[in-house]
Amino acid sequence: MSEAEKREAIWIARDYSKCSGCRRCEIACSLFHEKRIWPEASRIRVFMLAPGIEFPHFCAQCEDYPCVEACPTKALSISKETGAVLVDANTCIGCGKCIEACPGNVPHMHPTENRILICDLCGGDPQCVKVCREGLWNALQVVPRRADSYKLYARTPEEIARSLAVKIFGEEGEHLL
Amino acid sequence: MICGYAGKFLEVNLSTMEIKEVRFSDEVLKDYVGGRGLAAKILWDRFGSRWETVDPLGSENLLLLLTGPLTGFFPGGRICVSGKSPQSNGVIGSTVGGEFGVELKCAGYDGIFVSGEAEKPVYLFIKDGDVEVRDASHIWGLDAKQTVAVLTRECRELLKKRFPQKGEWREPAILYIGPAGENKVRTAVVAAKWSHAAGYGGYGAVMGAKKLKAVVVKGTGPLPEVADMEAVKRLIQEVCNNAYESELWRRWGTGSGGYEVGAKSSSEPVRNWQDEWHDEKSFGVDQFENRVWVKQYWGDFGCPTTCLKLAVVRAGRFKGAITDNPDYELQAYVGTNLGIFTPEANVYMASVIDDLGLCGIQTGNVLGFAAELYQRGILTKEDLDGVELKWGDAEAFAVLAKKIAYREGVGDILAEGTYRAALKIGRLKGLDVMPYAVQVKGVGVGAHGIRSEKDYPEIYSYACSVQCGDHTSIACMPLDDSRSEHIRIFDDSGVICFFNTFGLPRALVFDFYKAVTGIELTKEEWVNTKAMKIIQLQRAMLLLGGPDLRWNPEIHDDNPPRFYEPLPSGPFKGKAVERARVDEEKRKYYELVGWDERGIPKSEVLRRLGLDDVDKALEKLR
Repeated sequence: MSEAEKREAIWIARDYSKCSGCRRCEIACSLFHEKRIWPEASRIRVFMLAPGIEFPHFCAQCEDYPCVEACPTKALSISKETGAVLVDANTCIGCGKCIEACPGNVPHMHPTENRILICDLCGGDPQCVKVCREGLWNALQVVPRRADSYKLYARTPEEIARSLAVKIFGEEGEHLL
Repeated sequence: MICGYAGKFLEVNLSTMEIKEVRFSDEVLKDYVGGRGLAAKILWDRFGSRWETVDPLGSENLLLLLTGPLTGFFPGGRICVSGKSPQSNGVIGSTVGGEFGVELKCAGYDGIFVSGEAEKPVYLFIKDGDVEVRDASHIWGLDAKQTVAVLTRECRELLKKRFPQKGEWREPAILYIGPAGENKVRTAVVAAKWSHAAGYGGYGAVMGAKKLKAVVVKGTGPLPEVADMEAVKRLIQEVCNNAYESELWRRWGTGSGGYEVGAKSSSEPVRNWQDEWHDEKSFGVDQFENRVWVKQYWGDFGCPTTCLKLAVVRAGRFKGAITDNPDYELQAYVGTNLGIFTPEANVYMASVIDDLGLCGIQTGNVLGFAAELYQRGILTKEDLDGVELKWGDAEAFAVLAKKIAYREGVGDILAEGTYRAALKIGRLKGLDVMPYAVQVKGVGVGAHGIRSEKDYPEIYSYACSVQCGDHTSIACMPLDDSRSEHIRIFDDSGVICFFNTFGLPRALVFDFYKAVTGIELTKEEWVNTKAMKIIQLQRAMLLLGGPDLRWNPEIHDDNPPRFYEPLPSGPFKGKAVERARVDEEKRKYYELVGWDERGIPKSEVLRRLGLDDVDKALEKLR
């Protein structure tokens, strides 16, 4: 990716029904950010509330960024380059107000440090998307950020699992959760 | 401490409720690695020369859930389940895919030993260093899907309540049993997710005997430190790139086999192995793909292949059946082996088997055995509690599978697995029914026949394997052949998925081991010393056997009688295994692997490997 492209605000389009549950995205994310394979410290987490309906749960960069609004210490900001929510680890007090503000409860605490984890789009070159596309699963795809209703994708794991179960398994799907 | 390991194991005694940590020296870990190898070592050290007295379904047996140093790093997460097997009475390293091994290492443990027997049903709940034995009376009796749903909900709620500041908790990983395991059925599995099963060995019955419904684990730490992270990252990429090239495994998994193995290599069980050939195009993978697949790629932690597929029957008699699309083994064993040749009936059978917590291979084997006895008039409708067990009748087979899982009526006999059921039915009927039992030393053989000699096992492979009928661990010459159990033991001990090693040079797998652990290992060293030690331990415990059965290698190191009958049809019609050739190959194999002419590990071989105590224990067999 060229420098010019990196500057453009992006979004990660997601097709949950294509997620294989392989979690290569978590491995890529945690290796990039934590230098370890650390699934619970990954900014993107695959939920499996019932087998077969795995899906990646991560920041949707809502148009109105309610998490940034809610932060009492102004530890959260919006990247001008990518549109990502950036966490200032030194300012974050781990209060969890951003989790409450997020319609999808997406932010989660770092497992060993008192700070929140939110997808930072890897500065414009998301590692999760690379591995997902490399393996031809294509559940994730980088697209230019437009004025679309991205906030719709900020849903709780339960909400996503319920709707996805019906899509994949049909009417039986609801009984599996 | 060696890199790649969490550094400690957890032992839970369900009789005394004592919970403790167990550690091994670097030397032991270097020699036995983890998973299957370490299981053999632990079991030998624990029971050793009194092996024959340990009842696999008694409280004394140890249930082992072991990772290996490569678990979580090598793409495709797995866990190895072991203990004294209620099928072979030896030790089987039975691995199953999923996130359990990764969660366990992230929780700080390399494995779990469960000893004793709980008074009432329990499950283990592990969150990092917190270990809890919890009441399972509300989930005892639930089928696979219900068990997973209830435990996922319950444990996420517990985590949320205890750690409310975390945000959304992900589901923990679960290993569990279904009704079959609870009822100590010898063909019961230890399951993960749905339809992920440690089948060979029958360890679901061991869990059931301990009244242990499930083990649930959430680990929030990172995977352990490795010796060389840059090398690990590079090797992960190499494994992935190799897997991405494998169009066959990625697109179809093993699911193209249901048609092809029958039609082309003529080595697929058909109607209890009365034939190994069919040309039923209704069973083509295209039919599965078009009619029942709802997801093409489904996989476990880090897997680039994602060979599993999800299947749903949308219409017709079997509407609502949901399962992992049957892989080749289940297409064969709860498909063609029962005279079933449609995706819908096959998916239905697979979902029934999975929901009950049964092993598709072992249960398909015993169902086929029963159906042949019915075909021959040896078992009547009355013997089968009113079931007319006609080939191809999925509903009838499902009824019998349920009887097996709940040990009802004739199901109580069949729940003992094919070999033990054949002994019992033979006694009841005053007739030798062993000719129809397609098994080796208590383990139904995998769905890869040897008569056409067009499949991968050799004519002596099952007869000489330390895991008996297990098609994933076969005896092969030379010992470093890529199919050989000497090689496979590394995969089962490092605890990785061997499907992701296909097409890779073996040296790369040992490079991976070095990058993770820092330990240099060559194929020669592995095959000739370390794997050899593990093989001898497994062989010794298999031959010591007991308490209900003992194997005499002169009789039992053999193929099922059926394989000596000529194939009745297909391109290899008339072909059978020649006994003289099997005897000759067996002799060569015994020599190579260090066993005497009667199949007992030689004294000097054992002593050279440092297994003096094994040598001593085998004295009584010589």
